[in-house]
Formats: sequence, C-alpha cells, structure tokens
Amino acid sequence: MLTEPTRAWLDSALGEAATGTPAWEPYFVAAGRHCGPAHADEARTRLLRAAGAGPDTLARLYHHGTAAERRAVLLALPALVPGPEALPLVEDALRTHDTTLIAAALGPYAATHLPAHAWRHALLKCLFTGVPVTAVAGLAERAAGDTELARMLIDHAAERTAAGRPLPDGLSRVLALTTPAEES
Amino acid sequence: MRIFDPHIHMTSRTTDDYRAMYDAGVRALVEPSFWLGQPRTSPATFLDHFDSLLGWEPFRAAQHGITHHCALALNPKEANDPRCVPVLDELPRYLAKDGVVAVGEIGYDSLTPAEDTALAAQLQLAADHGLPALVHTPHRDKLTGLRRTIDVVRESVLPPDRVLLDHLNETTVKEAADSGAWLGFSVYPDTKMDEHRTVAILKEYGTGRILVNSAADWGRSDPLRTRAVADAMLVAGFTDDDVDQVLWRNPVAFYGLSGRLHLDLPTPPDLHEGNSVLRGGE
Repeated sequence: MLTEPTRAWLDSALGEAATGTPAWEPYFVAAGRHCGPAHADEARTRLLRAAGAGPDTLARLYHHGTAAERRAVLLALPALVPGPEALPLVEDALRTHDTTLIAAALGPYAATHLPAHAWRHALLKCLFTGVPVTAVAGLAERAAGDTELARMLIDHAAERTAAGRPLPDGLSRVLALTTPAEES
Repeated sequence: MRIFDPHIHMTSRTTDDYRAMYDAGVRALVEPSFWLGQPRTSPATFLDHFDSLLGWEPFRAAQHGITHHCALALNPKEANDPRCVPVLDELPRYLAKDGVVAVGEIGYDSLTPAEDTALAAQLQLAADHGLPALVHTPHRDKLTGLRRTIDVVRESVLPPDRVLLDHLNETTVKEAADSGAWLGFSVYPDTKMDEHRTVAILKEYGTGRILVNSAADWGRSDPLRTRAVADAMLVAGFTDDDVDQVLWRNPVAFYGLSGRLHLDLPTPPDLHEGNSVLRGGE
C-alpha cells in the first residue's frame, strides 16, 4: 500500500507525465526514493504509460538509467511499443547477468518479437542464472514444437549429467513443453 | 553485530569477500567511485563505472545480503587530466539517481589548481543535489592537504556537518574535528590506520562523529577491518552500543542526510526457490 504522501507524489508525477513535456522525467528517476523499492517498478511503469513514451524516449531512459530504471522500461514495453523497434533494449538486458533485468526482458514483448535464436538462448540463460522459467511470458506457446530448443536442452542436460551436477529447476518442464501434443 | 562499511571499492573485490563480509556482520556499504589503478582516457569510462555502481554492483551485493549504495564523483587524481574533466558535465544527471547517497570521493591528491577547481565544483554539486560529500584527505603532504580541504569546504555552500573527512590519522584528527565535519578512519593492514590506533582515537575523541571503513580496493587492503575495529573496541571496554554507533548508526546518520538511504534489503535471495527476482516483475 502506498502511504498518503507517496500517493500524492505519484499523482503529481502522473499529472506531469500526462502533459507530454519532459518535466516528468525527473520523477521517473527519483521514483525509488519517493515510493520505496517495493513500489518503484509500478510507479515508473505507470509514469511511462501516462507519458505515452515512444521508442526513442524509452531507449534514452534505458541507456541513461540505473538497473531499476532499465527494468521499468523493459516492463513497460508491451504497453508502449507495438512493433519490434525496442528489441535492442531487450537484447541489451539479456546480455547482462542481472537476473532482475533478464526476468523483466522476457515479458510479453520478447514473447512477441524476440527472434527464435535469441529467445532460445535467453531461455537457456534463465536456466543458467536461476531465473525461474515461470517468469518467461508465452513460454508454452513459443516452446511448443521447437525441436532446436529441445536439442539445446537435452545437450545441456547431458553436460550437467556428465559433470555430476543436478539439472536446473525448470529444464524438464520446458523440455516437456517442446514436445508437440499427441494427435488424438 | 551489524556493520556498515561507509567506504569500500567492491568493484575490485570478489564474491568470496562479499560472503566473508556478510559472515562478519556487514549488512550495508557505500562504494565511492574512484581511480581504477589504470588511468582513464575519456569521460565515457567514468560513465560505465557509474553505471556499474548503480546496476551490477548493487545486484552482486544483494546476492550476499548486503545493501549497496554509492557516491559518485570525478576523483582527485584524474581531476588533473584534461581528457577526464568533462565528466563533471555528466555528473548532474547521475547525482539525481536513487542509490546515490553522496558526492565522492573528492578531495586532494597532489594539491594542484586543477584539484582546487574540481573540489569546489563538486562541493557545489553536492549542495545542489541535496547530498553530503565524502572528501578524502591526500596520502602525501596530508596535514597541508587537510588544511586546504577545510578551507575549500568553508568557502563552499555545503555546511561542514554534511562533509565526511576521510583517511584521517593522529596528525590530522584534531583540526578535522575542529572543522565540524564527520571524521572517517580507513583501517588497513600496513598503511593508513590500524584497529588499535583507531580505538585510541575513539577513546580520545568519543564515538559521536567517527566513522570507520576498510576502504578496501585493488591494493593491499582487507574488507574485514571494520569488524576488527569492532572487536578491538569491545576488548578495550567499549560497549555493544558504542560499537553499534560507530559501525552502524554513524554511517546511517551521515549518508541518511541524502534522504536516499534504503536499508530494507530482505534476507539473501535464493534465486532457485524464492521469487525475489520476480518482485515487481509481474
């Protein structure tokens, strides 16, 4: 729950954002200390939506942002960018090793736009870094019938087994999703 | 025992250090931006360093149950390189960030006119952004450097009680204390202070405005020296509350002046079973 001063701060920030001038951007930057870490993602994504931030603004805010600001941009992509223009931001986040960024990058926007090769590597990276595969949007739909993903998962399982290490959580679940449903 | 290391360069340290620090009681730290050992040649590499202190390093610290905040600045040594000075123009947008709790570390290295300019400009930036300043005192010609530092602070708009004078020792503590600033002591294996000399200073000057740090970096240094000071304080007859004041409440009070200190980190996240990585991600 937001406290009353925090709600007032956010209302005023959202009002600025709705005017369409860049005066709202300092609110986006300072949302963490005004709303608290637990509410910062929501406050920032609401600001981005209220401002109707387009791909250029989102890219600038992302590249000038802290990890928390970058995460908010990634979370807002599905609502704000209909086409694939913002994919470089997703790809940038997927190159990091920050699991909060990786998880945020694999939302519905990536499910719709991320090309197959990059999506498969992202999924494998989740298994490597411990991001729960339940964080991946559209997992069942994209994994279904993906024989190349299945091969990668089986190879990874073989590598882990050869090393005497346990399989990562989620691997068998994703592997099962790659199997086409049996025809009745 | 809870410990807040108010000055440590974790970028130069390993995950084993994070683990050992947690085991020793460290739950929070501030990492000031600094000289990387290899001189920089452009502002762009400062920005990558700043981004790291606002992204990767807090994430890494959180994996070990430690909250990470930072101080950002053009460091004194590189203030002398004209190729680096333009980073001052980029600092304002960084000083607005959550997680930045001070301007620092600034101060003197070789006591040059270029360092005068950078120090004064960055004390002004601290005042402009509602931040305190972490000001180190130079390794060479320290007492002269301290006096010049205090003069520049007096000429600035930043009140002395929003300044932490760091790397102090027996020869500089009195004048630093008289200035009204907070007093920082860096405890090292060979150089700077050791834990027993630090305890002696705490006996003479009291626990009210003294902060103790490891200032650990890529050199011969030890991230557990904060704990060593705490243990030495107890052996010397200080109470648990005295230790808590010096090793926790004083750094919280100083960096809390920023209004941006958040110490509510949950227990170390378990990436395999917990859902902490999903927090806010739905």
